[in-house]
Amino acid sequence: MNAIASASHNLAQVLDHPGIWRRSADRQPRVRALSTGWTSLDARLPGGGWPQGAVSEILFEHDGLGELDLVMPALAALTQEHRRVIFVAPPYQPYAPALAAAGVDLRFLHEIHAGSTEAAWSMEQCLRSGCCGAVVGWLPDIDYRSLRRLQLAAESGDACAMIFRSAEHAAQNSPAALRLKVSNSDEATYVDVLKSRGLLTTTAPLLRMRA
Amino acid sequence: MLWACLRFPGLAFSAAFAAIPEAGPSALLDSHARQRLIASANDEARAHGIRRGQSVAAARALCPALEVRPRDREAEKRLLAELAAWCYQFSGHVSLVPPNAILMEVGASLRLFEGWPPLAERVSSGLREQGHAHTLAATPFASASWVFAATADGMVLPTREGVIRMLGALPLTQSGLPGTAIAALHAMGFRRLDEIFRLPRPELTRRIGKAGVNWLDRLRGQASDALPAWQPPASFQQKIEFDAELDGSQPLLFPLRRLTRALANLLAARDGGVQRFTLTLEHARGETTRIVVAMAAPQRDAERLFELARTRLERATLPAPARTLELHADELPMFRPPVRDLFEPIRGDGLDWPTLDERLRARLGDAALRQLMVVNDHRPERASRYGAPAGAVSLPRGRRPLWLLPRPLPMRPDPVAVLAGPERIESGWWDGADARRDYYIVRTVHGQQAWAYLPPGTLDGWMLHGWFA
Repeated sequence: MNAIASASHNLAQVLDHPGIWRRSADRQPRVRALSTGWTSLDARLPGGGWPQGAVSEILFEHDGLGELDLVMPALAALTQEHRRVIFVAPPYQPYAPALAAAGVDLRFLHEIHAGSTEAAWSMEQCLRSGCCGAVVGWLPDIDYRSLRRLQLAAESGDACAMIFRSAEHAAQNSPAALRLKVSNSDEATYVDVLKSRGLLTTTAPLLRMRA
Repeated sequence: MLWACLRFPGLAFSAAFAAIPEAGPSALLDSHARQRLIASANDEARAHGIRRGQSVAAARALCPALEVRPRDREAEKRLLAELAAWCYQFSGHVSLVPPNAILMEVGASLRLFEGWPPLAERVSSGLREQGHAHTLAATPFASASWVFAATADGMVLPTREGVIRMLGALPLTQSGLPGTAIAALHAMGFRRLDEIFRLPRPELTRRIGKAGVNWLDRLRGQASDALPAWQPPASFQQKIEFDAELDGSQPLLFPLRRLTRALANLLAARDGGVQRFTLTLEHARGETTRIVVAMAAPQRDAERLFELARTRLERATLPAPARTLELHADELPMFRPPVRDLFEPIRGDGLDWPTLDERLRARLGDAALRQLMVVNDHRPERASRYGAPAGAVSLPRGRRPLWLLPRPLPMRPDPVAVLAGPERIESGWWDGADARRDYYIVRTVHGQQAWAYLPPGTLDGWMLHGWFA
């Protein structure tokens, strides 16, 4: 009895080794991810968070639906680990007291003020450099080709890329690994998972963020 | 002691033609002479048969396209000092011997550079790379080294006996004695230095004077050479003036490279770096353009400095053709080689933050990159500012939106619900920017959460100030 218990314990240890892949145990391939900090959202995402080394698109209907709140816990966690977070071309002034209240260490947050062509270039440079934890860009007019470039840059720099765009683009094709849609209905904000690489079904139910 | 002497025969020429990359046939005038005579000429001009001592008219007849300019003694002094800065990396005692020689004591550096041949090779290859023709000789006596640098390039004589033997074989014309002394000695039938060395001292003093005898003593190490040590300056300022007005940034790159290299030489001498420098261009109509090049961390590499300056220059809009280019740097902090965070994973391009920061600044400009800081002010629009964030901050008690509008806007239509508030913000009576507002968190018709305010005591006139994004 004891021998069997210790043998299965040993086996579990062996299988825990990161070099061993098991196809059968869960059907989701492993995705390295950064926890979003929102438990219910993490549960819906492969790897349990924002995919690392990939582009996530956040498509929102209006300003002020809590769309930025969605990424704040992850960004706060990164800056607290002294990893750089870059805001590229934000549409308004990010408000320092609110960022600090969300737990962001402002010493590791940088903002790049740039026009639309320079914004995509800057974002690519930051992603590719390998010294940024996350790069968050507001790129309303970005096209498929540029998104693809950013996806490659995020892969090579192993950074999280988050792109905010209008929900009008939801119907367009996109190379992003994860696409979320933030909308409002019945006085509550909902987050839809439109697309998620590594998840077999992309029709996730609506997720209620806050009342 | 081992004194190495460098002589730069082309220094006057390079100084006068500093702003011109590949001049065609060019020659330098000796401004001393009453007649305008050619003092030196470049290879192309020599190929046309132009020789030292020709009159300008004769030279022009041989080559009508010849570019002729007078010597620029100020520029020569600057160039010599710049070369001294570069030499400072090999020796702590560097001395200028105007117009075109530098002495450095290398006896103390030999072990560091693993002996004379490797050291000489490093000096020579470094100077060749910068395009400075030079000759080099080394002996224990500074004056003798200076003489041999002109007559026996590459000579190194470590012992006193060797120096005296070699000096003895030199013709008087190459001894460095004043012309009058040489003429007097020639008249007496002397031709070589060893004949002079045998003469009785009082006799010699009567003929060529105290100064002449003293010089002979210095050559042989019997009198000491007083050599003021050159000190690297605390700031850098150098200006190149162009003959013609240069239009656009492209023709400015050659002078820019010269300036950044000179700066890098000074930095190497000071064992320092530069974090910020200014390029100033003077234009035809008296306008000036100032371009500030700032770096995230001190730099000293010539190529890097040039690239940074070049990207800035190319992005600048120049109002008119340029007449001068000046580089000025007065912040020369200690240089520390970049150190990576041990735990920061290096992936992708493997850039560290300072390098990325620099690359972004170079393309977007300094103002494009900024950081946010919390300011302890009750007025919301003043509580957030671009600047250098500190570690700990004190925060307002109320909830604050992530987006703040640059200035409050009238809200249309009115909010459909008030979710929280009011929070009275009343401040600024002391500095004239008085503010008295009641802030609310409200919901709009689209379900957005907004931060809006009303003047105290009223119920309409909603002003939108932020979004809870």
